[in-house]
Amino acid sequence: MTQRPGSGWTDSNSTAAPVARLIDQFNRLPGVGPKSAQRLAYHILRIPSEEAEALASAIVEVKQRIILCSTCQNLSDLDPCSICQNESRDRTTICVVEEPLDILAFERTRSFKGVYHVLHGVISPMDGVGPDDLKVRELLSRLSDGQVNEVILATNPTLEGDATAMYLDRLIAPTGVQVTRLARGLPVGADLEYADEVTLTRALEGRGKV
Amino acid sequence: MLRHRKIGEADRILTIFSAEQGKFDVIAKGVRRPTSRKSGHLEELSRTSLLLAQGRTLDVITQCEVIESLAALRGDLERLSAGFYLAELVDRFSAERQENLAIYKLLLECLRGLETGGAAAATLRYFEVQLLSYSGFQPQLRVCASCRGAIEAVVNSFSSSAGGVVCGNCRVEEGALLPLSVNGLKVMRLLQTGSYVDALRLRATPALTSELEEHLRRYLRHVLEHEVRSGEFLRSVRSLRPAHDEAAEVVVL
Repeated sequence: MTQRPGSGWTDSNSTAAPVARLIDQFNRLPGVGPKSAQRLAYHILRIPSEEAEALASAIVEVKQRIILCSTCQNLSDLDPCSICQNESRDRTTICVVEEPLDILAFERTRSFKGVYHVLHGVISPMDGVGPDDLKVRELLSRLSDGQVNEVILATNPTLEGDATAMYLDRLIAPTGVQVTRLARGLPVGADLEYADEVTLTRALEGRGKV
Repeated sequence: MLRHRKIGEADRILTIFSAEQGKFDVIAKGVRRPTSRKSGHLEELSRTSLLLAQGRTLDVITQCEVIESLAALRGDLERLSAGFYLAELVDRFSAERQENLAIYKLLLECLRGLETGGAAAATLRYFEVQLLSYSGFQPQLRVCASCRGAIEAVVNSFSSSAGGVVCGNCRVEEGALLPLSVNGLKVMRLLQTGSYVDALRLRATPALTSELEEHLRRYLRHVLEHEVRSGEFLRSVRSLRPAHDEAAEVVVL
């Protein structure tokens, strides 16, 4: 048995080198351990060549064609992306999110008609991730033309998300643009008995008429 | 809870600091899902009661209930940044599974102080000096750290490499010397021997506050062999603030 750095164990005596290399590559993917990597590799061996080639070319294509939208920093094959180009979107409202996947969550609601801005991360002081490591400058430059009325800070309700929201609020406040934060409270289906004090407090503060 | 990181689809690995067992990692399964019953009880900087199941590599949180959420920290950027800073210092100074009740109590005392409005600068400086003492890196402030001679009530120097205050007669290698004012030395001694209440009563000029911060920042960097990362964010948050009132004088008890 031999060990390659970062790859886990591969049995170089009984596994053909190309298969061993494929297992090694799958093993590098997040959440994929040695056994899963082996199953994936042997699945590739069993599927038709056309399917394997389609997978390989999809991987290559996504790396070649996907760029960051110069306006909202979302992942896109167009610049500006389809959301930023869409004339029916409300460009006076920007929803700021941490990651591109968060946009998918909002779009699934079909209730938000504004545009987005992706920070590509969150301020994490202990990990050395500061505002300069995020797409903050790009956000501020979008506010300089006076067309934006509201910025919704939709970072996650974690301490880092809150720190990021408060920091952005400080930066944006002098521009006169209204800054809002997503509401907090009890998720649908939650059980009050298990709710923590911060969540319950926020839910009480945000109570409304039935 | 000191810090957390994502793992898998919906799990988190939490670095916790326990009164009984010191620092260690545990896994919280499914807490990133919106319907998780545990997520609100496992926020960073909160004090939480945990029931753990022993795992092969990491213990797994099976039950949790927040005891102190320190919720007021979440609404203030300066205090939250200071909280991150304290958590990082504990994380950097603590070894795995080594009980240190003194550091646990110190962290709790200072986080509570930040939450209830205690002066952030005094809290951070007090915490740094006390943590250095508890961790075995207490700076020498009574005699010259180089020659062990008496320290006069004049401007001396602080040397990270020598490990404390250095008298005017001693030479330390180039770059290690930083002037330490008379008041600066007095305040550092007070922070070393006094209580948190004493530290909060201090009223330092901006110049003295900056001096103390710089001495301790350099000393911490020397001890840790690395900058404290959250210190950088603290300074950037401070640069967003309006300037403070300049008029103040030091009161040393």
